[in-house]
Amino acid sequence: MTPHVDYLLRLGDSSLVLGQRLAEWCGHGPVLEEDIAMTNVSLDLLGQARLLLTHAGTLEAAGRDEDALAYLRDARAFRNYTLCELPNSGIEKGRGQAADYAFTVMRNLLYGAWQVHLWDALAGSADASLAAIAAKSAKESAYHLSHAADWVLRFGDGTVESHARAQRALYQLWPYTNELFAPDAIEDAVCGAAIGVRGADLRPAWEATIDRVLAEATLAKPAASGFVSTGKTGRHSEHLDFLLAEMQCLARQHPGSHW
Amino acid sequence: MPCAPAPRVALVSTPPRRDPSPAGALVDRARLILRGVADPEIPVISVLDLGIVRSVDASGDGVAVSVTPTYAGCPATHVIEQDIVAALQAGGIAAHVVTRLSPPWTTDWITPEGRVRLREYGIAPPGPVSGSGAQAIRFVDRQPEPVSCPQCGSVRTECLSQFGSTACKALYRCLECREPFDYFKPL
Repeated sequence: MTPHVDYLLRLGDSSLVLGQRLAEWCGHGPVLEEDIAMTNVSLDLLGQARLLLTHAGTLEAAGRDEDALAYLRDARAFRNYTLCELPNSGIEKGRGQAADYAFTVMRNLLYGAWQVHLWDALAGSADASLAAIAAKSAKESAYHLSHAADWVLRFGDGTVESHARAQRALYQLWPYTNELFAPDAIEDAVCGAAIGVRGADLRPAWEATIDRVLAEATLAKPAASGFVSTGKTGRHSEHLDFLLAEMQCLARQHPGSHW
Repeated sequence: MPCAPAPRVALVSTPPRRDPSPAGALVDRARLILRGVADPEIPVISVLDLGIVRSVDASGDGVAVSVTPTYAGCPATHVIEQDIVAALQAGGIAAHVVTRLSPPWTTDWITPEGRVRLREYGIAPPGPVSGSGAQAIRFVDRQPEPVSCPQCGSVRTECLSQFGSTACKALYRCLECREPFDYFKPL
Protein backbone atom coordinates (compact mmCIF):
# COMPACT_ATOMS: atom_id res chain seq x y z
CA MET A 1 0.00 0.00 0.00
CA THR A 2 1.38 3.40 -0.95
CA PRO A 3 1.74 6.12 1.70
CA HIS A 4 -0.83 8.12 -0.27
CA VAL A 5 -3.49 5.41 0.12
CA ASP A 6 -2.48 4.83 3.73
CA TYR A 7 -2.93 8.54 4.45
CA LEU A 8 -6.37 8.62 2.84
CA LEU A 9 -7.39 5.60 4.94
CA ARG A 10 -6.15 7.42 8.04
CA LEU A 11 -8.54 10.29 7.32
CA GLY A 12 -11.41 8.18 5.98
CA ASP A 13 -11.28 5.53 8.72
CA SER A 14 -11.22 8.21 11.41
CA SER A 15 -14.40 9.78 10.01
CA LEU A 16 -16.01 6.36 9.61
CA VAL A 17 -15.19 5.10 13.10
CA LEU A 18 -16.19 8.32 14.85
CA GLY A 19 -19.35 8.44 12.74
CA GLN A 20 -20.19 4.92 13.91
CA ARG A 21 -19.55 5.90 17.54
CA LEU A 22 -21.84 8.91 17.28
CA ALA A 23 -24.50 6.80 15.56
CA GLU A 24 -24.78 4.85 18.81
CA TRP A 25 -26.66 7.87 20.16
CA CYS A 26 -29.40 7.41 17.58
CA GLY A 27 -32.58 6.87 19.58
CA HIS A 28 -30.70 7.39 22.86
CA GLY A 29 -29.95 11.11 22.86
CA PRO A 30 -30.49 13.03 26.09
CA VAL A 31 -33.17 15.18 24.39
CA LEU A 32 -34.81 14.86 21.00
CA GLU A 33 -32.96 17.81 19.45
CA GLU A 34 -29.61 16.37 20.51
CA ASP A 35 -30.54 12.93 19.28
CA ILE A 36 -31.12 14.48 15.86
CA ALA A 37 -28.04 16.69 16.05
CA MET A 38 -25.66 13.87 16.93
CA THR A 39 -27.11 11.68 14.19
CA ASN A 40 -26.65 14.50 11.69
CA VAL A 41 -23.01 14.93 12.68
CA SER A 42 -22.60 11.17 12.34
CA LEU A 43 -24.12 11.30 8.86
CA ASP A 44 -21.75 14.07 7.78
CA LEU A 45 -18.78 12.01 9.00
CA LEU A 46 -20.09 9.01 7.11
CA GLY A 47 -20.32 11.19 3.99
CA GLN A 48 -16.67 12.21 4.40
CA ALA A 49 -15.70 8.57 4.91
CA ARG A 50 -17.49 7.46 1.75
CA LEU A 51 -15.68 10.03 -0.38
CA LEU A 52 -12.28 9.33 1.17
CA LEU A 53 -12.56 5.54 1.07
CA THR A 54 -13.84 5.60 -2.50
CA HIS A 55 -10.87 7.74 -3.48
CA ALA A 56 -8.46 5.46 -1.58
CA GLY A 57 -9.94 2.41 -3.30
CA THR A 58 -9.59 4.01 -6.72
CA LEU A 59 -5.93 4.90 -6.12
CA GLU A 60 -5.17 1.51 -4.66
CA ALA A 61 -6.58 -0.08 -7.85
CA ALA A 62 -7.04 -3.45 -6.17
CA GLY A 63 -10.77 -3.63 -6.85
CA ARG A 64 -11.89 -2.49 -3.40
CA ASP A 65 -14.73 0.01 -3.26
CA GLU A 66 -15.95 1.97 -0.24
CA ASP A 67 -18.03 -0.98 0.99
CA ALA A 68 -15.16 -3.46 0.73
CA LEU A 69 -12.90 -1.11 2.65
CA ALA A 70 -15.47 -0.32 5.34
CA TYR A 71 -16.92 -3.77 5.88
CA LEU A 72 -14.32 -6.32 4.89
CA ARG A 73 -11.19 -5.18 6.70
CA ASP A 74 -10.22 -6.28 10.21
CA ALA A 75 -9.16 -3.94 12.99
CA ARG A 76 -5.45 -4.19 12.23
CA ALA A 77 -6.09 -2.85 8.73
CA PHE A 78 -7.94 0.22 10.02
CA ARG A 79 -5.88 3.39 10.17
CA ASN A 80 -8.09 5.65 12.31
CA TYR A 81 -6.75 7.62 15.25
CA THR A 82 -7.38 5.82 18.53
CA LEU A 83 -9.21 8.92 19.80
CA CYS A 84 -12.08 8.19 17.41
CA GLU A 85 -12.71 4.61 18.59
CA LEU A 86 -12.90 5.20 22.35
CA PRO A 87 -16.33 4.28 23.74
CA ASN A 88 -18.88 6.99 24.47
CA SER A 89 -18.91 5.93 28.11
CA GLY A 90 -15.33 7.17 28.61
CA ILE A 91 -12.30 4.95 28.99
CA GLU A 92 -12.35 4.15 32.68
CA LYS A 93 -15.70 2.37 32.83
CA GLY A 94 -15.14 -0.32 30.25
CA ARG A 95 -17.46 -1.84 27.75
CA GLY A 96 -21.23 -1.91 28.09
CA GLN A 97 -21.41 1.07 30.46
CA ALA A 98 -23.80 3.96 30.08
CA ALA A 99 -22.73 6.49 27.47
CA ASP A 100 -21.69 9.90 28.74
CA TYR A 101 -22.70 12.98 26.77
CA ALA A 102 -19.91 15.08 28.27
CA PHE A 103 -17.35 12.59 26.99
CA THR A 104 -19.01 12.51 23.57
CA VAL A 105 -19.14 16.28 23.05
CA MET A 106 -15.63 16.76 24.48
CA ARG A 107 -14.24 14.34 21.91
CA ASN A 108 -16.25 16.10 19.21
CA LEU A 109 -14.68 19.37 20.30
CA LEU A 110 -11.14 18.00 20.20
CA TYR A 111 -11.59 16.15 16.92
CA GLY A 112 -13.89 18.71 15.32
CA ALA A 113 -11.34 21.48 15.90
CA TRP A 114 -8.67 19.22 14.41
CA GLN A 115 -10.82 18.56 11.34
CA VAL A 116 -11.58 22.24 10.81
CA HIS A 117 -7.88 23.09 10.67
CA LEU A 118 -6.99 19.92 8.77
CA TRP A 119 -9.55 20.45 5.97
CA ASP A 120 -8.53 24.06 5.71
CA ALA A 121 -4.93 23.02 5.05
CA LEU A 122 -5.80 20.05 2.81
CA ALA A 123 -7.95 22.24 0.54
CA GLY A 124 -4.59 23.15 -1.01
CA SER A 125 -3.46 19.54 -1.49
CA ALA A 126 -1.71 18.49 -4.71
CA ASP A 127 -4.23 15.61 -4.81
CA ALA A 128 -7.12 17.43 -6.50
CA SER A 129 -9.72 14.91 -5.29
CA LEU A 130 -8.53 15.18 -1.70
CA ALA A 131 -8.55 18.97 -2.00
CA ALA A 132 -12.16 18.88 -3.22
CA ILE A 133 -13.23 16.53 -0.40
CA ALA A 134 -11.47 18.79 2.13
CA ALA A 135 -13.13 21.95 0.82
CA LYS A 136 -16.51 20.24 1.00
CA SER A 137 -15.94 18.79 4.47
CA ALA A 138 -14.60 22.04 5.94
CA LYS A 139 -18.02 23.65 5.81
CA GLU A 140 -19.66 20.75 7.63
CA SER A 141 -16.92 20.41 10.24
CA ALA A 142 -17.33 24.09 11.18
CA TYR A 143 -20.89 23.27 12.24
CA HIS A 144 -19.71 20.20 14.18
CA LEU A 145 -17.15 22.26 16.05
CA SER A 146 -19.67 24.96 16.81
CA HIS A 147 -22.13 22.37 18.16
CA ALA A 148 -19.53 20.65 20.34
CA ALA A 149 -18.10 23.94 21.65
CA ASP A 150 -21.60 25.06 22.59
CA TRP A 151 -22.12 21.99 24.75
CA VAL A 152 -18.65 22.08 26.32
CA LEU A 153 -19.46 25.66 27.36
CA ARG A 154 -22.75 24.63 28.89
CA PHE A 155 -21.24 21.67 30.72
CA GLY A 156 -18.05 23.40 31.85
CA ASP A 157 -19.75 26.58 32.96
CA GLY A 158 -22.87 24.75 34.17
CA THR A 159 -23.55 22.80 37.35
CA VAL A 160 -21.01 21.23 39.68
CA GLU A 161 -21.87 17.82 38.23
CA SER A 162 -21.69 18.86 34.57
CA HIS A 163 -18.40 20.69 35.17
CA ALA A 164 -16.90 17.65 36.87
CA ARG A 165 -17.94 15.33 34.05
CA ALA A 166 -16.65 17.68 31.35
CA GLN A 167 -13.34 18.03 33.18
CA ARG A 168 -13.02 14.28 33.68
CA ALA A 169 -13.73 13.70 29.99
CA LEU A 170 -11.06 16.22 29.05
CA TYR A 171 -8.45 14.55 31.31
CA GLN A 172 -9.24 11.18 29.77
CA LEU A 173 -9.20 12.34 26.17
CA TRP A 174 -6.30 14.78 26.20
CA PRO A 175 -3.45 12.22 25.98
CA TYR A 176 -5.09 10.69 22.90
CA THR A 177 -4.79 13.97 20.97
CA ASN A 178 -1.00 13.52 20.81
CA GLU A 179 -1.45 10.99 18.03
CA LEU A 180 -2.92 13.67 15.74
CA PHE A 181 0.35 15.60 15.85
CA ALA A 182 2.93 12.81 16.03
CA PRO A 183 5.09 12.59 12.89
CA ASP A 184 5.67 9.28 11.12
CA ALA A 185 6.94 7.90 7.82
CA ILE A 186 3.51 8.06 6.12
CA GLU A 187 3.16 11.72 6.95
CA ASP A 188 6.72 12.43 5.81
CA ALA A 189 6.00 10.80 2.46
CA VAL A 190 2.70 12.56 1.72
CA CYS A 191 4.05 15.91 2.87
CA GLY A 192 7.06 15.50 0.60
CA ALA A 193 4.63 15.11 -2.31
CA ALA A 194 2.52 18.10 -1.12
CA ILE A 195 -0.46 15.75 -0.74
CA GLY A 196 -0.82 15.85 3.03
CA VAL A 197 -0.09 18.20 5.90
CA ARG A 198 2.01 17.80 9.02
CA GLY A 199 -0.09 17.39 12.11
CA ALA A 200 2.54 19.22 14.13
CA ASP A 201 2.08 22.28 11.90
CA LEU A 202 -1.62 22.36 12.76
CA ARG A 203 -1.06 22.12 16.50
CA PRO A 204 -0.69 25.86 17.33
CA ALA A 205 -3.95 26.78 15.56
CA TRP A 206 -5.72 23.75 17.07
CA GLU A 207 -4.55 24.60 20.59
CA ALA A 208 -5.60 28.23 20.15
CA THR A 209 -9.12 27.09 19.23
CA ILE A 210 -9.28 24.64 22.12
CA ASP A 211 -7.79 27.10 24.63
CA ARG A 212 -10.44 29.65 23.76
CA VAL A 213 -13.28 27.22 24.41
CA LEU A 214 -11.76 25.80 27.60
CA ALA A 215 -11.17 29.25 29.07
CA GLU A 216 -14.75 30.27 28.34
CA ALA A 217 -15.99 26.97 29.77
CA THR A 218 -13.90 27.43 32.98
CA LEU A 219 -12.19 24.09 32.37
CA ALA A 220 -8.56 23.40 33.26
CA LYS A 221 -6.29 22.42 30.39
CA PRO A 222 -4.53 19.14 31.20
CA ALA A 223 -0.74 19.04 31.46
CA ALA A 224 1.18 17.76 28.45
CA SER A 225 1.44 14.00 28.36
CA GLY A 226 4.05 11.73 26.79
CA PHE A 227 1.52 9.08 25.82
CA VAL A 228 1.08 8.57 22.09
CA SER A 229 -1.58 6.15 20.86
CA THR A 230 -0.95 4.21 17.65
CA GLY A 231 -4.28 3.67 15.89
CA LYS A 232 -3.05 5.29 12.68
CA THR A 233 -0.47 2.55 12.27
CA GLY A 234 -3.08 -0.17 12.80
CA ARG A 235 -2.34 -0.89 16.48
CA HIS A 236 -5.60 -0.08 18.20
CA SER A 237 -7.19 -0.06 21.62
CA GLU A 238 -9.35 -2.99 22.73
CA HIS A 239 -12.45 -1.02 21.75
CA LEU A 240 -12.19 -1.06 17.95
CA ASP A 241 -12.92 -4.77 17.47
CA PHE A 242 -16.26 -4.46 19.24
CA LEU A 243 -17.18 -1.41 17.20
CA LEU A 244 -16.31 -3.17 13.94
CA ALA A 245 -18.17 -6.32 14.95
CA GLU A 246 -21.35 -4.31 15.25
CA MET A 247 -20.72 -2.22 12.13
CA GLN A 248 -19.66 -5.10 9.89
CA CYS A 249 -21.73 -8.10 10.98
CA LEU A 250 -24.64 -7.54 8.60
CA ALA A 251 -22.45 -6.96 5.54
CA ARG A 252 -20.37 -10.03 6.36
CA GLN A 253 -23.31 -12.32 7.09
CA HIS A 254 -25.08 -11.34 3.89
CA PRO A 255 -22.31 -10.48 1.42
CA GLY A 256 -23.40 -8.37 -1.53
CA SER A 257 -26.95 -7.85 -0.26
CA HIS A 258 -28.95 -4.86 -1.44
CA TRP A 259 -32.15 -3.35 -0.15
CA MET B 1 -49.37 23.49 5.19
CA PRO B 2 -51.62 26.58 5.31
CA CYS B 3 -49.87 28.30 2.45
CA ALA B 4 -51.81 29.93 -0.37
CA PRO B 5 -51.07 28.54 -3.83
CA ALA B 6 -47.72 29.76 -5.03
CA PRO B 7 -48.13 33.07 -6.87
CA ARG B 8 -46.44 33.26 -10.23
CA VAL B 9 -44.04 35.96 -9.23
CA ALA B 10 -41.67 37.40 -11.76
CA LEU B 11 -38.63 35.98 -10.03
CA VAL B 12 -37.76 33.48 -12.70
CA SER B 13 -34.04 33.72 -13.32
CA THR B 14 -33.04 35.13 -16.67
CA PRO B 15 -33.64 32.54 -19.38
CA PRO B 16 -30.44 30.91 -20.58
CA ARG B 17 -29.25 32.00 -23.97
CA ARG B 18 -30.58 29.84 -26.76
CA ASP B 19 -28.24 27.74 -28.79
CA PRO B 20 -29.87 27.14 -32.21
CA SER B 21 -27.92 23.92 -32.91
CA PRO B 22 -29.63 20.53 -32.41
CA ALA B 23 -27.40 19.80 -29.42
CA GLY B 24 -28.31 23.18 -27.97
CA ALA B 25 -32.01 22.45 -28.43
CA LEU B 26 -31.56 19.12 -26.65
CA VAL B 27 -29.84 20.80 -23.71
CA ASP B 28 -32.60 23.44 -23.55
CA ARG B 29 -35.24 20.73 -23.51
CA ALA B 30 -33.33 18.82 -20.82
CA ARG B 31 -33.16 21.96 -18.65
CA LEU B 32 -36.89 22.43 -19.05
CA ILE B 33 -37.48 18.88 -17.84
CA LEU B 34 -35.11 19.40 -14.90
CA ARG B 35 -37.26 22.32 -13.74
CA GLY B 36 -39.83 19.67 -12.89
CA VAL B 37 -37.45 17.42 -10.91
CA ALA B 38 -37.95 18.23 -7.23
CA ASP B 39 -35.72 17.69 -4.24
CA PRO B 40 -37.19 14.56 -2.61
CA GLU B 41 -36.98 16.04 0.89
CA ILE B 42 -38.18 19.55 -0.03
CA PRO B 43 -40.59 18.80 -2.89
CA VAL B 44 -41.38 22.46 -3.66
CA ILE B 45 -37.93 23.27 -4.95
CA SER B 46 -36.43 21.94 -8.18
CA VAL B 47 -32.91 20.64 -8.53
CA LEU B 48 -32.17 23.70 -10.69
CA ASP B 49 -33.43 26.15 -8.06
CA LEU B 50 -31.46 24.30 -5.39
CA GLY B 51 -28.32 25.05 -7.39
CA ILE B 52 -27.02 21.49 -7.38
CA VAL B 53 -27.14 21.05 -11.17
CA ARG B 54 -23.88 22.65 -12.20
CA SER B 55 -24.11 22.02 -15.93
CA VAL B 56 -26.08 20.22 -18.62
CA ASP B 57 -24.06 19.30 -21.69
CA ALA B 58 -24.71 17.34 -24.84
CA SER B 59 -22.96 14.00 -24.60
CA GLY B 60 -23.22 11.29 -27.20
CA ASP B 61 -26.89 10.84 -28.09
CA GLY B 62 -28.06 12.43 -24.87
CA VAL B 63 -26.94 14.75 -22.10
CA ALA B 64 -24.51 14.67 -19.18
CA VAL B 65 -25.79 16.37 -16.05
CA SER B 66 -23.18 17.53 -13.50
CA VAL B 67 -24.57 17.40 -9.99
CA THR B 68 -22.85 18.55 -6.81
CA PRO B 69 -24.03 17.08 -3.49
CA THR B 70 -25.39 19.44 -0.84
CA TYR B 71 -23.97 17.48 2.10
CA ALA B 72 -21.57 14.61 1.49
CA GLY B 73 -23.65 12.25 3.61
CA CYS B 74 -27.06 13.41 2.40
CA PRO B 75 -29.13 10.29 1.68
CA ALA B 76 -31.18 12.21 -0.88
CA THR B 77 -28.21 12.58 -3.24
CA HIS B 78 -28.59 9.10 -4.73
CA VAL B 79 -32.37 9.50 -5.09
CA ILE B 80 -31.89 12.84 -6.84
CA GLU B 81 -29.51 11.27 -9.37
CA GLN B 82 -32.01 8.52 -10.10
CA ASP B 83 -34.86 11.03 -10.41
CA ILE B 84 -32.89 13.16 -12.86
CA VAL B 85 -32.06 10.22 -15.11
CA ALA B 86 -35.63 8.87 -14.92
CA ALA B 87 -37.25 12.24 -15.72
CA LEU B 88 -35.00 12.84 -18.71
CA GLN B 89 -35.52 9.32 -19.99
CA ALA B 90 -39.28 9.78 -19.68
CA GLY B 91 -38.79 12.86 -21.86
CA GLY B 92 -36.93 10.80 -24.43
CA ILE B 93 -33.45 12.01 -23.51
CA ALA B 94 -30.72 9.56 -22.58
CA ALA B 95 -28.83 10.96 -19.62
CA HIS B 96 -26.12 10.19 -17.16
CA VAL B 97 -25.14 12.01 -14.00
CA VAL B 98 -21.60 13.13 -13.21
CA THR B 99 -20.87 13.95 -9.57
CA ARG B 100 -18.82 17.10 -9.19
CA LEU B 101 -17.33 17.93 -5.80
CA SER B 102 -15.40 21.07 -6.60
CA PRO B 103 -16.24 23.84 -6.04
CA PRO B 104 -18.32 22.68 -3.10
CA TRP B 105 -22.01 23.50 -3.08
CA THR B 106 -23.07 26.61 -1.23
CA THR B 107 -26.53 27.82 -0.26
CA ASP B 108 -25.66 31.04 -2.12
CA TRP B 109 -26.46 29.05 -5.28
CA ILE B 110 -30.13 28.67 -4.36
CA THR B 111 -32.00 30.87 -6.85
CA PRO B 112 -34.24 33.80 -5.82
CA GLU B 113 -37.23 31.78 -7.01
CA GLY B 114 -36.07 28.84 -4.92
CA ARG B 115 -35.90 31.09 -1.86
CA VAL B 116 -39.47 32.25 -2.41
CA ARG B 117 -40.62 28.63 -2.71
CA LEU B 118 -38.81 27.67 0.51
CA ARG B 119 -40.42 30.47 2.48
CA GLU B 120 -43.87 29.64 1.12
CA TYR B 121 -43.29 26.05 2.16
CA GLY B 122 -42.49 27.14 5.72
CA ILE B 123 -38.71 26.91 5.60
CA ALA B 124 -36.78 30.12 6.23
CA PRO B 125 -34.32 30.49 3.32
CA PRO B 126 -30.62 30.70 4.15
CA GLY B 127 -28.88 33.99 4.78
CA PRO B 128 -25.70 34.80 2.87
CA VAL B 129 -22.68 32.63 3.67
CA SER B 130 -20.36 34.70 5.84
CA GLY B 131 -17.73 36.11 3.52
CA SER B 132 -13.96 35.66 3.40
CA GLY B 133 -12.12 32.40 3.78
CA ALA B 134 -11.75 32.81 7.52
CA GLN B 135 -13.12 29.86 9.46
CA ALA B 136 -16.00 31.28 11.43
CA ILE B 137 -15.87 29.50 14.75
CA ARG B 138 -18.81 31.07 16.46
CA PHE B 139 -19.55 29.27 19.66
CA VAL B 140 -21.15 32.19 21.46
CA ASP B 141 -22.85 34.36 18.87
CA ARG B 142 -25.49 32.30 17.18
CA GLN B 143 -26.39 34.07 13.94
CA PRO B 144 -25.05 37.30 12.53
CA GLU B 145 -28.14 37.81 10.36
CA PRO B 146 -31.61 37.76 11.89
CA VAL B 147 -33.68 34.83 10.65
CA SER B 148 -37.23 35.85 9.89
CA CYS B 149 -40.16 33.57 10.65
CA PRO B 150 -41.71 32.08 7.48
CA GLN B 151 -45.15 32.15 9.13
CA CYS B 152 -45.42 35.73 10.40
CA GLY B 153 -42.26 37.41 9.14
CA SER B 154 -41.02 38.45 12.59
CA VAL B 155 -37.28 38.55 13.13
CA ARG B 156 -37.73 37.85 16.84
CA THR B 157 -36.66 34.24 16.49
CA GLU B 158 -34.26 31.94 18.29
CA CYS B 159 -32.23 28.89 17.35
CA LEU B 160 -33.30 25.76 19.20
CA SER B 161 -30.81 23.44 17.55
CA GLN B 162 -28.27 23.83 14.77
CA PHE B 163 -29.27 20.44 13.43
CA GLY B 164 -32.83 19.89 12.26
CA SER B 165 -34.91 17.30 10.46
CA THR B 166 -32.37 16.97 7.64
CA ALA B 167 -28.66 17.71 7.37
CA CYS B 168 -29.30 21.04 5.64
CA LYS B 169 -31.68 22.54 8.21
CA ALA B 170 -31.57 24.05 11.70
CA LEU B 171 -34.50 24.18 14.10
CA TYR B 172 -35.80 27.63 15.04
CA ARG B 173 -38.69 29.06 17.04
CA CYS B 174 -40.55 32.32 16.49
CA LEU B 175 -40.92 34.37 19.67
CA GLU B 176 -43.78 36.38 18.12
CA CYS B 177 -46.18 33.73 16.76
CA ARG B 178 -44.61 30.92 18.85
CA GLU B 179 -44.40 28.58 15.86
CA PRO B 180 -41.35 26.37 15.41
CA PHE B 181 -39.85 26.36 11.93
CA ASP B 182 -36.95 24.99 9.89
CA TYR B 183 -34.12 27.26 8.77
CA PHE B 184 -32.07 26.30 5.75
CA LYS B 185 -28.53 26.66 7.14
CA PRO B 186 -26.06 28.82 5.22
CA LEU B 187 -23.30 26.50 4.00
